[in-house]
Amino acid sequence: METMFSWLSLHQEMIYIVILSVFLGIEVIGRVPSVLHTPLMSGANAIHGVVIIGAIIVMGKAESNNLLALILGFLAVILGTLNVVGGFVVTDRMLEMFKKKK
Amino acid sequence: MELNILIICYLIGSVTFIIGLKMLSHPESARKGNLIAAAGMAISILGTIFLYEEQGIKLGNYIWIFAALIIGTVLGTIAAKKVKMTAMPEMVSLFNGMGGACAALISIVEFDHLNHQIQLGGAVNSGTLLIIFAGLIIGTISFAGSMVAWAKLNGRIKDFAFNGQHIMNLVIFAVIICLSAYLIISGDPAAGSLFYLVFVLSIIYGLFFVLPIGGADMPVVISLLNSFTGVAAAFGGFLYDNPVMLTGGILVGSAGTILTILMCKAMNRPLSNVLIGSFGGSSAGSASKDQGAYKEISISDSAVVMSYAKKVMIVPGYGLAVAQAQHVCHELEKLLSDKGVEVNYAIHPVAGRMPGHMNVLLAEADVDYARLLEMEHANEEFSQTDVVLVLGANDVVNPAAKTDPGSPIYGMPVLDVELSKLVIINKRSMNPGYAGIENELFFQPKSSMLFGDAKSVLQKLVAEIKTL
Repeated sequence: METMFSWLSLHQEMIYIVILSVFLGIEVIGRVPSVLHTPLMSGANAIHGVVIIGAIIVMGKAESNNLLALILGFLAVILGTLNVVGGFVVTDRMLEMFKKKK
Repeated sequence: MELNILIICYLIGSVTFIIGLKMLSHPESARKGNLIAAAGMAISILGTIFLYEEQGIKLGNYIWIFAALIIGTVLGTIAAKKVKMTAMPEMVSLFNGMGGACAALISIVEFDHLNHQIQLGGAVNSGTLLIIFAGLIIGTISFAGSMVAWAKLNGRIKDFAFNGQHIMNLVIFAVIICLSAYLIISGDPAAGSLFYLVFVLSIIYGLFFVLPIGGADMPVVISLLNSFTGVAAAFGGFLYDNPVMLTGGILVGSAGTILTILMCKAMNRPLSNVLIGSFGGSSAGSASKDQGAYKEISISDSAVVMSYAKKVMIVPGYGLAVAQAQHVCHELEKLLSDKGVEVNYAIHPVAGRMPGHMNVLLAEADVDYARLLEMEHANEEFSQTDVVLVLGANDVVNPAAKTDPGSPIYGMPVLDVELSKLVIINKRSMNPGYAGIENELFFQPKSSMLFGDAKSVLQKLVAEIKTL
């Protein structure tokens, strides 16, 4: 239990970021027209691809004799890249169609 | 010095995510917002690769990292470019699953790392363990659930539910939580293999969480899983003290939750109803009653009534999307407009398989934005409309949602097409729609059926009207 508390105090800035980000996320999405639900969801989907940074760190830290870390890290970077690149490209394709008519 | 630059990279990343999301929620700025977020992402990723260091040691394995990046970029770009507009929803689900799997893999590697340390006599930090477990469980559920959602939208698997499934799900979830809590609190190195049991149970939970939910509700589920992955990414941010992962993840987590609730509101159903009520399963009782006969209308008759109408309303649905008929639909609209007919589109918020699906599709065919009427506006217009042409839509025009409390879609707002003088319904066959519910609209005296694939029917209609 004590380790938990010390961990909390060590990470208090991050906890503040979490709380503020929650409200920011709600505020930012607030009044989105239903037309944009799909592209917005897709855009958000691309943004949570930031996990790839974690995957890169795992991969970069892996020692050359640690096969598990190397293989899983490699796989994680591929999957993360798919999420990021695919997500942004799909979103762009959807939004392209909105723009053309102007 | 380099670490300071990395901090700035992460700061830029976080700010672009916020601005990007904000701009994505307005039609004019949406595309730019997406590109801004993408640029921020690129800066954060490159910054991490070249500038990140832990205890003074930089990252290695550059060959592996770049190989993986290139493979992912190529595959992702090809998949995203090649996918048809109709298959967009499942593509989003697939990418979402990849993100979830990525988060889960990170947790597995980090746990393995930690386990080695413990065995060498190092101290365990229960906070770190908690994060690893949370990332693993949420990421895995999101991955397994997204795969099911993807396969369902694809038509590869059907709804699947059995009695007591909800109870089984609850039990599995309780076991996951108890096992994790035990492992976190005890920090027992010998129990390390139980970690993989948690992983397997999470996969099973993810599968059974989505399996019973009806295909028509998949967009809501995808949006929910999307926010799950966001939260999993945020746990990764905690693990590495990484502010971009934290802000990006939490932002998506909260925005995704709100979006999920908004989508449920558009269908006038609470989220719990979507997640628990297995859609379509309970409708057997009301569907069995005798519906009477329906009548058909020919292409030439349809062409005549539409050409001499004053006001025509087109109600597009998933059938239009499947047949890729949006261009010929626009052609029909232009042809009728040239003849002095006022043509508008009535867009139900959940027509198609995702909110906004129809708008995207019709925008692709250059349909004027002003002609797309939202449901409330369209419902005011129906009583003055001469002909309504329903193109591959079913559940969104089903009057049972207003009249039959036993219907699974009861309470969902629908388009009041029956208020108009004549309803022409284009469908491929008399099979019930995606939710598996009979539609009494087809049997009403005002309604006429025009069977066939939406695209070929529209092409014939256009040809016919030209000869008039």
